Amino acid sequence: MLKYILIPLLPLLSFIINILFGRNYIKNRAHWIAVPAILGSFVLAVSACIEVLNGKVIDINVYSWIVSGSFNVSVGILIDQLTAVMLMVVTSIGSLIFIYSVGYMHGDKGYYRFFAYLSLFIFSMLTLVMANNFLIMYLGWEAVGLCSYFLIGFWFHKKSAGDAGKKAFIVNRFGDFGFGLGVILIFLTFGSLNYMEVFGAAGGIVGQTITLLGYKVDLITLICLLLFCGAMGKSAQFPFHVWLPDAMEGPTPVSALIHAATMVTAGVFMVARCNTLFSYSQTAMNTVAIVGGFTAIFAATIALVQNDIKRVIAYSTVSQLGYMFLALGVGAYSAGVFHLYTHAFFKALLFLGSGSVIHALHHAKQDDEQNMQVMGGLKKHMPITYWVFILATLSITGIPFLSGFFSKDEILWQTFQAGDLGKFLWFLGALAALLTAFYSWRLIYLTFHGEYRGDTECESRIHESPLVITIPLMLLAVGAVAAGWVGIPPVFLEHGDKIGYFLAPVLGHPEGHGTHAQEYFVIASSIFVAIAGWVIAYIMYIKNPGLPEKLFSAFRPVHKVLFNKYYIDEFYDKTIVQPVLKASDKIILAFDVNVIEGVVNGVPSLIGVFSKGLRKIQTGLLSNYAAVMAIGVLCVVGYMFFMR
Amino acid sequence: MVPLNWYIILSAVMFSIGMFGFLSRRNLVIMFICLELMLNAVNVSLVAFSHYLQSINGQILVFFVITVAAAEAAIGLAIIIAYYKNNPTIKVDEINILKG
Amino acid sequence: MDLPITITLMDIRAIVPELTLICVGLIIMLLDLVVKKKDLVALAGIAGTVLALFGTYKLYGVTDTQFVFSNMFVLDGYANFFKVIFYINLILTICISIKYMEIEKSSFGEYYALLLFATSGMMIMASAADLIVLYLGLELMALSTYILTGLMRKQPRSNEAAIKYFFLGAFSSAFLLYGISLTYGMTGTTNIKEIAFAISTLGIADNPIMYLGLIFMIVAFSFKVALAPFHMWAPDVYEGAPTSITAFMSVGPKAAGFAVMGRILMGAFGDMQAQWVTVLIPLAVLTMATGSIIALSQTNIKRMLAYSSIAHAGYILLGIIAGTPEGLTASVNYLMIYTFMNIGAFAIVIMLRSKGFQGENLDDYKGLAKSHPVAAALMLIFMFSLAGIPPTAGFIGKFYVFMELIGSGYTPLAIIAIIFSAISAFFYLRIVVYMYMKDAEQEIVLTQSPTMNIALAVTSVMVLVLGIFPSFLLYFVRYSIMGY
Repeated sequence: MLKYILIPLLPLLSFIINILFGRNYIKNRAHWIAVPAILGSFVLAVSACIEVLNGKVIDINVYSWIVSGSFNVSVGILIDQLTAVMLMVVTSIGSLIFIYSVGYMHGDKGYYRFFAYLSLFIFSMLTLVMANNFLIMYLGWEAVGLCSYFLIGFWFHKKSAGDAGKKAFIVNRFGDFGFGLGVILIFLTFGSLNYMEVFGAAGGIVGQTITLLGYKVDLITLICLLLFCGAMGKSAQFPFHVWLPDAMEGPTPVSALIHAATMVTAGVFMVARCNTLFSYSQTAMNTVAIVGGFTAIFAATIALVQNDIKRVIAYSTVSQLGYMFLALGVGAYSAGVFHLYTHAFFKALLFLGSGSVIHALHHAKQDDEQNMQVMGGLKKHMPITYWVFILATLSITGIPFLSGFFSKDEILWQTFQAGDLGKFLWFLGALAALLTAFYSWRLIYLTFHGEYRGDTECESRIHESPLVITIPLMLLAVGAVAAGWVGIPPVFLEHGDKIGYFLAPVLGHPEGHGTHAQEYFVIASSIFVAIAGWVIAYIMYIKNPGLPEKLFSAFRPVHKVLFNKYYIDEFYDKTIVQPVLKASDKIILAFDVNVIEGVVNGVPSLIGVFSKGLRKIQTGLLSNYAAVMAIGVLCVVGYMFFMR
Repeated sequence: MVPLNWYIILSAVMFSIGMFGFLSRRNLVIMFICLELMLNAVNVSLVAFSHYLQSINGQILVFFVITVAAAEAAIGLAIIIAYYKNNPTIKVDEINILKG
Repeated sequence: MDLPITITLMDIRAIVPELTLICVGLIIMLLDLVVKKKDLVALAGIAGTVLALFGTYKLYGVTDTQFVFSNMFVLDGYANFFKVIFYINLILTICISIKYMEIEKSSFGEYYALLLFATSGMMIMASAADLIVLYLGLELMALSTYILTGLMRKQPRSNEAAIKYFFLGAFSSAFLLYGISLTYGMTGTTNIKEIAFAISTLGIADNPIMYLGLIFMIVAFSFKVALAPFHMWAPDVYEGAPTSITAFMSVGPKAAGFAVMGRILMGAFGDMQAQWVTVLIPLAVLTMATGSIIALSQTNIKRMLAYSSIAHAGYILLGIIAGTPEGLTASVNYLMIYTFMNIGAFAIVIMLRSKGFQGENLDDYKGLAKSHPVAAALMLIFMFSLAGIPPTAGFIGKFYVFMELIGSGYTPLAIIAIIFSAISAFFYLRIVVYMYMKDAEQEIVLTQSPTMNIALAVTSVMVLVLGIFPSFLLYFVRYSIMGY
């Protein structure tokens, strides 16, 4: 049992040691603690995974946290097939990112702090995925949010970083509120928070309704929608997607960790974990599918015109998460999790690759440059980065026989099979795939091809990143190419789709109604859009570099809307942030702009007035105190005789 | 033979007088004397009960009360003197830096 | 004629811990004359406490309740558990005092001796099986703390606090004595067991004089644990006293007060439970209300923590109101948790005090997270715990008290308590916001010392460990109270 507990505990230990002794003793040697810890977790996770592969499911209660009568909350571990996949993703990608960070963060003032937070982040994520009940999962869920706040705002002296951290935290708060309510509702309904008990009893409440504000609401739909609300916040689905692109303010390894391996996948994981509940509610499923499909295309359009290299990848993440939810929504849970798993590799690779670019430019220019418009021609200076980037791009765009192709294709095929709504969503998905191919290649061409668009003196100083950065990149590239081979569809390979069957005990395995011909059609169209997007990008940025400008001026309004991300941020600012600020300004005279502080100082303002009045009783005079005591005695005596 | 009730009433009256004095007087030393009056009122009742019940416990407690009262007097007066050295007043109305 | 010698070796063995503390206290007063470095005196105090703790540990094996000194003094798990709380309180207080008292220029050997005496007074209170012993223990504790409060003789605030504490304390002990006297008169005994026996055999549970006796005693105990409206001394005294003593007072006398409250109310007046519950419920509500509401508008942290400790007394009382052994268990559990989190918070307050800087205003905490991240993080843990946010120990404490209260059928009271607990979260979190989201107005220098670091490490680790693994402590408390 100790073995399983150690998986999350090693990173926690690394956090504690680094945060306590980092400042004075460990300083620049923080990675000597953090890296072995995560590697240890990885090794243990692999061994646990092997046990699961051999058919063992680990479900143990480590100890009871609170026992009071029938109320029992225990801390427990559940490692089943789903958790095993998540464990592999989190620890393997986590390890590579840790190693990468050794090079990337070298010389940073907060080096030990960075590794401490990173370890805590991994610990939180492992808690989240390994929990065997909703309470512990909620704990991990909140802890992940908190860590992301620390990490995104890691360079807190940069105002934008601090703001981005707060934004992530607050937007997540909205989602988490829904998730919290969902957990409470689960407890009220089932009287337990343990997964097995809840899922086992879920069938019994189908069709039950509760009255909410005069409307009859289906209980299980309500629970699912509340849970999904949390998932939307964490996994940055529309309309809660706004925090994720801003989260790029954090150091690049953090972006990679948040986007690839940990935080954003939490929502997908949670919905997959609760698949039993979701399967009972068609409404909830459709909502998940529609939100996912919409987000996939919505975010892809924004990514088309962004200039910040990390921002493009960020929107690409939002879009890919949309795919995962699309799969979950049509009941193809294992396809969603499969995509989560392959996506982790190529997305981590893209982020770390862009980090390598930024790192190189940082050393050359002494300035954090992330604008692709002033890059270009980096291919010859950074060959390794360039080639891994190419592999990641091939994978994400869905070029056959790379990871991304199999998982994305599985999603599109499953969606295609799911009725009329499915056909429509498939169309959205395929369109998004076209856009994905375009913006991904656009990124490559702008960054690596053509001539360097900065000053020449600086160009001479650009060189490839050190080995500690490029080795993780190369390892990830192997993953980006080969990770998907566990899920080759049966049409290509007899006994294929191994991961689907592996996950089947937890997630079920949908039997499609589609024919082989239809499947070939879907595959062919996927390949077609992937290549079409590539070709368009090639024409626009290599063959005919003046074309983008012309197009932009021809479609100026469209470009402007896209470039400004549909004005969603501005919309929130106008409709939610500003009115709240104005209203509270009127209610509370001395209101600080800070939202959290507003809550802390504002809500009790009424009580505060009361409090100031009551303070006057405490006059400071001994005689008055004695008089209050004497009156108190009289009152108690009178009360007692009166009450009896 | 004086009945028990009379002692008890005497003790209650003494206690009340002491309490009233403690609440109404403004001089620390007088207040302190009022406290002693309250303690002695209790002593009266304890001795009366003890005699009435023919049990020795009450009288033992009286000895302890007297001893403790002596210790209390020593400490109380010392505290008053320490205060007086910094602020030459023993008027209770003027002692109110700490409030709210 | 032969004298009936009733003091046996067993009797002496039972009070070895108390004797140890008093002897070490006396030795310290002598040492003080020859030793210039007061650190050594303090260490002697800690050593003495550890010795006494060892004595109590040896006596813990005696699971059966044992009456000694002609049934005057009782040794049971209940008393022993409270003694453990007092030892922890004492050791932690000494740890946080050493450097602080030097800064306050009041580093006297007597300081440590008085701490030991006060603690032995509390221990006698916890073990009292007779009202006479109870009174003596209470006075030993009270007289020592009066002096400790006024120990900073040059500071008017300290003098004033001592005067207020002394006069109101003496006033309340007059009530205690009157209550004892009336109870003695009605039942004919001062022994707690015999009082309970007399009440049931004589059938005087509804006698008005018994009411008066009971109420007067409750008033006196309420004063010691600072229940409203007998709490008026607490904010002023807590603010004026040396901060280390404030930490000591906010835990020790309060725990001792609850120890005797549990013993007297449940032991002696068990048959009058309906009566005392009627009195305690309004007191508890008033206490929680006063503590949580007035704390909101405080600007001095010691004063704020004083009101906070008043509110906590209200929560602890709830377990006694539940009136079951489980309720008492929850209260005692809360007291132990409260010891750690409260002393931890005061330790941070003490760290902010440096030469020429008071560090008691809430504004002084602004931006602490940037200049001193570790101290700020620790304060965050303590504030979260005081506010009762999981996974800290404070949550566990409140949770069990509320559960027991609901289990005994006082659901409305539990809801009121939860509301006040939510209100109180605001002023705790305000400190967190000040530390993490405001910019510092001035440079803060922290006063550090090895013992202080040990105290902080112990308190913070315990707050977290008890929050994450609560069942161990609860089991320990249950085991201790079992025989009671």
